[in-house]
Amino acid sequence: MAKRKTFDTRRQAGFTAIAAFCFVMLYLPIVLMAIFSFNGGLALTRWEGFSLVWYVTAWHNEVVQAATIRSVVIAAVATVVSTLVAVLAALAMGRGKSFRGRSAMFALINQPLMVPEIVTAVSLLVVFAWVKTTIGYSGLGYLILAHSAFCIPFAFMPVRARLQGMDQTLEQAAADLYASAWQVFRRVTFPLLWPGVLAGAMLAFVTSLDDVVITEFVKSAGQDTLPTYMLGQMRRNLTPETNAIATVLLVFSVVLVVAFFFVSREKHAKAQL
Amino acid sequence: MIEVDRIHVRFGEGPGAFIALNDVSVTINESEFFTLLGPSGCGKTTLLRSIAGFIHPSGGAIRLAGQNILSLPPFKRPVNTVFQNYALFPHMTVAENVGFGLEMLGRPRAEIAATVEEMLALVKMTAMASRRPSELSGGQQQRVALARALAPKPKVLLLDESLSALDLKLRKEMQIELKRLQSETGITFIFVTHDQEEALTMSDRIAVMSAGTIRQIGTPREIYDHPRERFVADFIGDTNFVQANLSADGTVELPGGARIRAGLQEDAAVAARPVTLVIRPEQTVLEQVPEKAPLSGVLENVVYCGTDTHYHLMLADGARFVVRRQNNPARPVTFEKGQRLGIGFEPQAVQVLEG
Ligand SMILES: Nc1ncnc2c1ncn2[C@@H]1O[C@H](COP(=O)(O)OP(=O)(O)OP(=O)(O)O)[C@@H](O)[C@H]1O
Ligand SMILES: [Mg+2]
Repeated sequence: MAKRKTFDTRRQAGFTAIAAFCFVMLYLPIVLMAIFSFNGGLALTRWEGFSLVWYVTAWHNEVVQAATIRSVVIAAVATVVSTLVAVLAALAMGRGKSFRGRSAMFALINQPLMVPEIVTAVSLLVVFAWVKTTIGYSGLGYLILAHSAFCIPFAFMPVRARLQGMDQTLEQAAADLYASAWQVFRRVTFPLLWPGVLAGAMLAFVTSLDDVVITEFVKSAGQDTLPTYMLGQMRRNLTPETNAIATVLLVFSVVLVVAFFFVSREKHAKAQL
Repeated sequence: MIEVDRIHVRFGEGPGAFIALNDVSVTINESEFFTLLGPSGCGKTTLLRSIAGFIHPSGGAIRLAGQNILSLPPFKRPVNTVFQNYALFPHMTVAENVGFGLEMLGRPRAEIAATVEEMLALVKMTAMASRRPSELSGGQQQRVALARALAPKPKVLLLDESLSALDLKLRKEMQIELKRLQSETGITFIFVTHDQEEALTMSDRIAVMSAGTIRQIGTPREIYDHPRERFVADFIGDTNFVQANLSADGTVELPGGARIRAGLQEDAAVAARPVTLVIRPEQTVLEQVPEKAPLSGVLENVVYCGTDTHYHLMLADGARFVVRRQNNPARPVTFEKGQRLGIGFEPQAVQVLEG
């Protein structure tokens, strides 16, 4: 008889059962949520016939409209700012001369991943409250600033990974062929970094769009984003309208991820690194 | 024309620092095919990268046509490199890769297009101008890297083990091609390899390096026939080392007692002392009658190698000696293992080294 070869998790007893269980636990609630967004009645758990009424309701709800616009504006600005910072930080840390405080900088960038979000939220609340009363400004700026900050590590990580995986001799070859530092960056480093930048920006955008905790603490009155609006709805009366909004968000992020997958695959085929 | 003057390269700081180049000096002539040869880690790449500008020596000077270029950044040096891993830009076509240097120099479009075409023709890659590097074989990438480095018509071309990734046949082809390109363009080539055969066949002159220093510089013939020290003799080709005693009269006493007259190096004093003789295996013959030859030994092993056969003998002092004999089925010879045989050679075949 042939000997058992290598250890293979798939052959362990119960593997299929556990996998199926995890899959069901992760996806069943989402599927149920999506199904009930098409419920004709008010109930969240009792099926009363197919209808698009909640989508129509959400579409015409001015509060939802305003929250959506606010969410997108915050996410868009935060994405641009955090991606820019992330690219510069990754370049400073991955290229250029080594400088003092490089690891301190790493700790700074990754603060949002290391400090519990609720702690950051509370401290921001305190600081911003003080700033608001001092300078009198209470617009969207605070939310944008906060989102930009906590999105940086999400934009940073793919960029850094890409930079680390990049062959440094390519940049040396460019310099050897009479390219100045700026030309090396523009013609070689950045084009090769681009898929990482795109991935980082996408992660930052989704992270910002999704944020509840920090937004809830930092926002002024009447500055609900889509997620905090939904949270508020839960306290009042939960209707399938929330399901409808959540489903739209879900479809949106799936489309984003799939689109990115295709874009980066095409890039990859063209320019294999 | 390119003059490396006592450059010193250190990696790390303080007592743990590693000296990669220790006061290396070498002068390379215009249009010369110059090879840096040495074992792994001896500092060949470090010397090349110092010339290209990626490493900053802590002392010395590198002069190109009389001007010290050490203070210039890589992109201001009229020197191009063919990198060990080719380093072709993956997001550009072959033509864009080749034109990159000229583009950075701000040459007009028409001139770039013409030069790219010329270069691609030179390396026989015209048909693949619009491909990406990932769609090329190793040998083809190698040619593109060569064309890219040649396109800006540099004064000096640096090649770092550029052929080592290729299979033997392609490598032989590329050796000939490189030689042809060098003579057609008249550009100075500084070529790095640790393959001694490659160095011997291609170079005008060779510098043999070891542990951050240059041990000997010379033409392939000088290096092979007149190694100045044991390291060089050992590194280049197969060699027999024979312990012997030099007498004040200039003769050498071999193991077994025979005396021969052997040429000393010009600067060596004639005084009695122990010396080492270098004798190449292919410059010796086996004699059936041991007494007829200056050296003799007991045949221990016979190794058939296709074109020739290696005979391993043990000398009177216990040292090993290899005799190489070209195979010729028309004139077969039989030597028995355990037989005592004479080892014959011309006096000119013997190099005398100190120690
Ligand atoms: N950045 C560095 N930091 C520390 N030591 C280094 C560095 N670069 C090279 N060295 C050391 O310097 C020595 C010379 O390296 P170099 O790359 O010049 O060798 P080489 O002759 O090109 O060898 P190979 O034939 O293997 O390419 C080696 O011992 C290497 O370990
Ligand atoms: Mg090397």
